[in-house]
Amino acid sequence: MFPPVLVLAAVAAGTALGAAALASARWPYRSPGAAILLWQALGLSWGLAAVGALAALGAVPGEHGVAGGALSGAAGALRSAALGFGPPALMAAARLAVLAASAALFALLIWVLLAASAAVLVARRRHRVLLSLLAHGDPKVPGALVVDHPAAAAYCVPGLRSKIVISAGTLDLLDSAELAAVLAHERAHLRARHDLVLLPFSALGQAFPRARLVRQAHATVALLVEMLADDRALRQRPARELATALLRVGTSGASLAPSGALAAASAVDAEMTARVARLLVPPARLPLPVQALVCCAAALLVAVPVMLLLFSF
Amino acid sequence: MNRLGELERAIMDVLWDSTEPLTVRQVGLCLTNRDLAHTTVMTVLDRLAKKGFARRERDGRAWHYRAAANREAYVTELMLHALDQTGDRSAALTSFARRVSDSEAAVLRRALESFGELPRD
Repeated sequence: MFPPVLVLAAVAAGTALGAAALASARWPYRSPGAAILLWQALGLSWGLAAVGALAALGAVPGEHGVAGGALSGAAGALRSAALGFGPPALMAAARLAVLAASAALFALLIWVLLAASAAVLVARRRHRVLLSLLAHGDPKVPGALVVDHPAAAAYCVPGLRSKIVISAGTLDLLDSAELAAVLAHERAHLRARHDLVLLPFSALGQAFPRARLVRQAHATVALLVEMLADDRALRQRPARELATALLRVGTSGASLAPSGALAAASAVDAEMTARVARLLVPPARLPLPVQALVCCAAALLVAVPVMLLLFSF
Repeated sequence: MNRLGELERAIMDVLWDSTEPLTVRQVGLCLTNRDLAHTTVMTVLDRLAKKGFARRERDGRAWHYRAAANREAYVTELMLHALDQTGDRSAALTSFARRVSDSEAAVLRRALESFGELPRD
C-alpha cells in the first residue's frame, strides 16, 4: 500500500492536470450537466488532496486516517518542541510547520468561499433594493421586471426571492417568441440554482486572479451552465428563437462602456459562438454509459481523498 | 412587493420628480390619493435617508428631503452591474448573453442567415 502522502499528492497533481485537459475538451458541450459534475469533483478533490497531502507529511501513522494522524502529530510535536533543543525539537518544528501550512491552506479556501458568498449576497441585496425602486412589470414579459434603459440586458438575480430582469432595450429588440425563450432560459438558471454551482469557481477566480487554470475553470463552468440553461429552454421553445435572441442581444449596439473596454472580448466571442453553433447544430448527447462513467469518476475523485483523510488502511 | 417597498418607491418618485427639496408635508401632499399619515411619510423618508437614497437638510424649523442622486444615475448603476462592465464577472447575477465584438457579430449573423433566418434590424 502506498503511503497516504504520496496518494494525496498524486491526486492533487492529477486533478490539476485533469482540469487543464477538461478545460480544452469538447465533449462537455455534448453533456454539460455531466461535465459540470466532473468540474465540481475536480475542484473539491484538489482542495481536499492538497490540504491532506500537507497534513499527511506532518501526521503520525494511526488508526484514524490522515486527519487523526495530523492531530496526534501536532500534539506530539508540541510536546517534543517543549523539551528544548536538539534534533527531536527540530523535527518537531518541521512537523508543526507543514501542519500549520495545511491548516492555513484549509482556512484560506474556506475563507475565500465565505468572503465571496458574503460579497455576492451584499451585491444582490443592493441590486434588489434598486430594482424595487426602479423596475416595473410589463405584460410582454409576465413574471419579469423591466428596467427602463435602452441597452439590451436580460439577466436574473438568484436567491430566495429571485427575479428575472429585462431592460426596455431588450423588449424593443426581441419579438414575443424570443422573449419567451429568454425567460425560459433565465427560469432554468433560477430553478436549478446555477449561481450556487458558479459561486466556488468565481470565488477562487477572484482570490487567485493570476492563476490561469483557475480562470479557465471559472470561464468553462460559466459557459457550461449557460449551455445547460439553453438545453432546458429548448424543452419549451424552438432552438431558432433562442439562437436569434442570443444573436440580437449579443450584437446589439447600445453599450454602456466604450467598445474595447470589455476585458476579455475574445473570450466572450468564443462563448457566444459556441452557444449559437450548439443551438443551430445540436451535438449528440454523450451515450448514457459514458455519462454514468463520468459520474463514477467524479464520485471516485472525491471519495479517495475523503477516505484517506478519515480512515487508515 | 410589500407595502413598505411600494411606499418607498412612490416617495422616491416624488423626490425624483421634484426640482427642489421637499418637506414631509409636501411629500404627503403629492401622495394625497394614498391617504398617508404624516408619521408614515416621515418614517419612510427616514428609512430612505438611512439607506442613502435621500438626503435630508434642515431649513429653518423643517427638514427638507431630496433624492441623493437622480433616477438615471441609479438606473445606470443597475445596468452597469447587470451588463458586467464593472470588470469582474461575479456570481451575483447571471446574464443571458454578453456583448460580442463587431467582427464576431458579423460572423454570427452570417451563421444564422445560412440557416435561413434573416435577423431583422
